[in-house]
This record gives sequence, structure tokens and C-alpha cells, in this order.
Amino acid sequence: MSDISGVREIDVAVIGGGPAGIAAAAAARKEGAERVVVFERDWEAGGILQQCIHPGFGLHMFGEELTGPEYMDRYLKQAKDAGVEFALNTMVFQMDPPVEADGRRAASFWVMNPQTGIEHVRAKAVVLAMGCRERPAGALGLAGSRPAGVYTAGTAQRFVNMEGYMPGKKVVIMGTGDIGLIMARRMVLEGAEVVAVFEIMPWVSGLRRNIAQCLDDFGIPYYLEHSVCELHGKDRLEGISVAEIGKDRKPIDGTLRFIGCDTLLLAVGLIPENELSRMAGIELDPSTNGPVVNELLQTSAECVFAAGNVVVVYDLVDFVSEAGERAGSSAALYALGKLDTGRREFAIETTPNIRVVSPQKLCGERDTTVFLRVAEPVEGRCKLWAEPGIFSQTLRYARPGEMNEVKISAQKLRELPGDVKSVKIGLEAF
Amino acid sequence: MSLSEETKKFLCVSCPVGCLLKVTVQGKEVLSVADNGCPLGVKYAQNEVVNPVRTFTSTVRAVGASLPVCPVRSRTPLPLSKVGDVTRELAMTEAAAPISIGQVIIKDVCGTGTDIIASRSLGKR
Repeated sequence: MSDISGVREIDVAVIGGGPAGIAAAAAARKEGAERVVVFERDWEAGGILQQCIHPGFGLHMFGEELTGPEYMDRYLKQAKDAGVEFALNTMVFQMDPPVEADGRRAASFWVMNPQTGIEHVRAKAVVLAMGCRERPAGALGLAGSRPAGVYTAGTAQRFVNMEGYMPGKKVVIMGTGDIGLIMARRMVLEGAEVVAVFEIMPWVSGLRRNIAQCLDDFGIPYYLEHSVCELHGKDRLEGISVAEIGKDRKPIDGTLRFIGCDTLLLAVGLIPENELSRMAGIELDPSTNGPVVNELLQTSAECVFAAGNVVVVYDLVDFVSEAGERAGSSAALYALGKLDTGRREFAIETTPNIRVVSPQKLCGERDTTVFLRVAEPVEGRCKLWAEPGIFSQTLRYARPGEMNEVKISAQKLRELPGDVKSVKIGLEAF
Repeated sequence: MSLSEETKKFLCVSCPVGCLLKVTVQGKEVLSVADNGCPLGVKYAQNEVVNPVRTFTSTVRAVGASLPVCPVRSRTPLPLSKVGDVTRELAMTEAAAPISIGQVIIKDVCGTGTDIIASRSLGKR
């Protein structure tokens, strides 16, 4: 694209005004970047936490249990006090591969806003903080017609908690992701009947405490190795057919049964939203579906940083904020020409029972936490390690629904012999 | 006659770790708590035996505000047995804009001793 009406020049651009973006923007200002702008497509900043009205946020960051809006309120105050600028109702719709500016790489992208129209922005550094999206109904291959009453759990959450609409009265939930469990309780508190929660896998994908406080507290049953196979009803959902799932992940013959309901909520996974990253030509990791990053949260393009659920889907917002702060501070240092990316690079390798790892690279510049998810539950004591001789910890269990952390000291990395080019992370049962 | 000891299991909801507590009780008295990762587990177990409490969150109708509903929470955890009463009370409650975060919406809700407060600010429409 060519310039239409000149270019807006800024120091650090943050794409997305959720927990990662707000923390990144505040950190970028604190690190000394002059013009820091958050581009947010919604009418207000805060992202998904504005609809997460349940408690459970902030224990790590603030030492108390806050609701989503309360947690965001604190961060938004920090960002405003730090002098962050906000471009609300503003959607970034096109991102170019990095351009050369003053002998260095810079980010170039295009935004639109109902008042100001289309604008071209150039930023010395950018933080990608677009978050993630829910896996939609189309990904499930459901038989039957397409009646009203089928929603992703997050859409229903926005309806109930922000728009004041009830999606239905008799609800079935597919998937044991945290949002599904939280919405089971929420629908009951708003007067609906929640018939059951079904999970295709042999284990729960959300946090155990959400089974306890969202299902058990309200007598809602859940069934593992079950999947909704068919929708019934023409204009409005009238029921679903559910079947038991065998070891081959296929429905078992003769187990299909009908359950009457007018609403089906889907909590079947989250996918990082990386359309803009793709446009910019950034390297993505097929296992996380997010950008490949090092511990500075720098992507394969040196002026592009990324943080939060756009990189890897986290369990806890506290870790998203922490990642945002790191990405924002790295982006500011890059914009100021002060970012030291180290003279060494280590690739992280993992044993096959680890499904997801982030960051994927280390440069030995900062102490860091490597987050990972196991492919299948290990019930019982196991050892999590990073070789050569970097980290070792005994765990009581490891489950796909709960991320594990490997603490890595930059000092230890730098002291490794010069021919060491990778760090191996592994998990084994005792 | 003394009550017999029994072992109960509770999944602690105090934090995202979710420890499965092994609790030995005699009547309503907690004799011991095992498998807790931190002191919160002991307090949780004691509450579960005597009077389970939860932090309660929901919404109330917001009048003249930038959104039709406003999220609210109980300032402190309230008895699980009172959750039904509190939801019915909230269904009849309206809050007028502007609303500020932390503002009391219902004082001492349903005699629980805790207040329902706004968990976000909402300006006028």
C-alpha cells in the first residue's frame, strides 16, 4: 500500500488493549519510550477481562483475589498515569513486513476508525497483544441443521455479563475449558438450568477448582469421554445427541442419546489470533499457534514483540500481565536503540510428552520462566528438568490443564560452554 | 458419647493450584489437614466443615449507564447456603449511573454481614 495522507510516527505501538497490551504499554512508558499508543478495536480498553466478572484474578500480582474488571481497572490506572495514549474504536487491519527507517527496522501498519478514517502508522517497535479467539462450532463437525441457540461460551459470557441478554433457559455445555465451567455456574445464577457438561477427552481441560466451585457447588454433572454429535431443531435448538467416545476418539456405537435443551455452549479451546503476525511475515510455532519468541519476547522480526495469549494460551492473567510488561520494556529499549539481544542463541528442545513450550528460544539476557504444557496427564510424582544442569524440580503431578514453569537463570545460560546451542526440557515420572 | 473421626476430601478453591485436601474431622471440628500447599488450605477446610463460603459475583441492572448491566461482587466471601437468596435479591436491584468501582450496591446483603459492591465503574450513557 502507498501513503494516503502522510504517516503517523510513534515510538511503541501496542496492538490490543487487553491485559497483555495494557501492561506492555505501561512498561514501555516506564522504560522511557516517548509516544506509546494502544490500538484497541472495542469502545473501551480492558479486553476479555471486562466480561470475566468472576473472582480469581490477581492472586499472583496483587496478593488478593479480584474480579476481571477490578484487575483491569488497576492496570488501566497504571497505564493512564504512565502517560500511555489510547486509540479506541480503532482496528489494525493491515500489517506490512518491517520497513527500514534511520538504518533500523521499524513496524508499519494501517488502522481504521469511524471518525478519522484510514491512517498509516509507523512505529519504532510494536507489541502484538491481540489475544486469542474461541474455537467455533464449525470446528466440531456437528451433524444436523443450524438452529439458533449454539454459542461459544465466551460469546454467551459477553451477552450475560455486559449486554444483559440471557442466551437460553436449558443449557448443555460442550468442553471443560475454564470459560465453559465458569459459564455453567453463571447460567445457573441467572436462573437457567444447566443439564450437563460433556468433555471429549478422558481428563478435564480446565482448572480443578472450577469443577469444585462451578459444577459441584451447584450439582451440575459432567461426563468425560462424551461428545455432542448432532444438533436437533430447525429455527431454535431443541436438543442435542451425545455419544460416549472410545479410545480411538470416535463415538461408540449404540451410545447415542438425546438430551433436550435450547442452548449449547462450546468451551472447546482457544486459538491465538495471528492474522496480523502472518501479514508481517513473522515466524509462527505450529504447536502454540503463536509467534516464536525469545525471553525478551522478541519475534523473528527484530522490531516486533509479542505477549500474552497471542503467543501462547495461558491459564492465568497474572502471567499474561507479566509477559506484557516484559514485551513492553523490551520494545521500548529497542525503540531507544538500547536493547541488547545477546551474543548467543539457544533453541529449546523438549521431550515428546511436552506439547507446548514458550518462549521457544533463549538469548541469555534475562532470567526467565519457560511455560509448558504436557500432552497427557501424569498423575503422581514426576521430575521436571532443564539440561545441561539448569533446572530441576519435583512435581506432585503434571496435567494438560495446568501450565508448568521452568525457571531459567540468564547467568547459568551464559556460563554454558560455547558449543552448547540448545537447552533440553523434559518431564519424567518417577 | 464422642463422635467418631472421619476423613473427608475437599478441593481447595482458594487459589488456582486447587489442592485436594485430606481432612480429618470429628463432628464439626477439624482435627488435621493434609496435602495442603499453603495455610489457606487449613482455613478453607475449617470453613467447609462448619459453613462453606464463596466470593459471590453477578450483575445488576444499570439504569442510564453505558452498559445495561453492571458487574458486582460480595466484598468478602458469603455463605454458600445464602447464594440463592442473594441472586433473588440482585434480580430486583437496579443501580443508577454513574456507578464507581467499589460503590456499595446492597449493604449487608440478606443478613450475611457483607456488602454487594460494584466491580467496575460505568459512566452515563
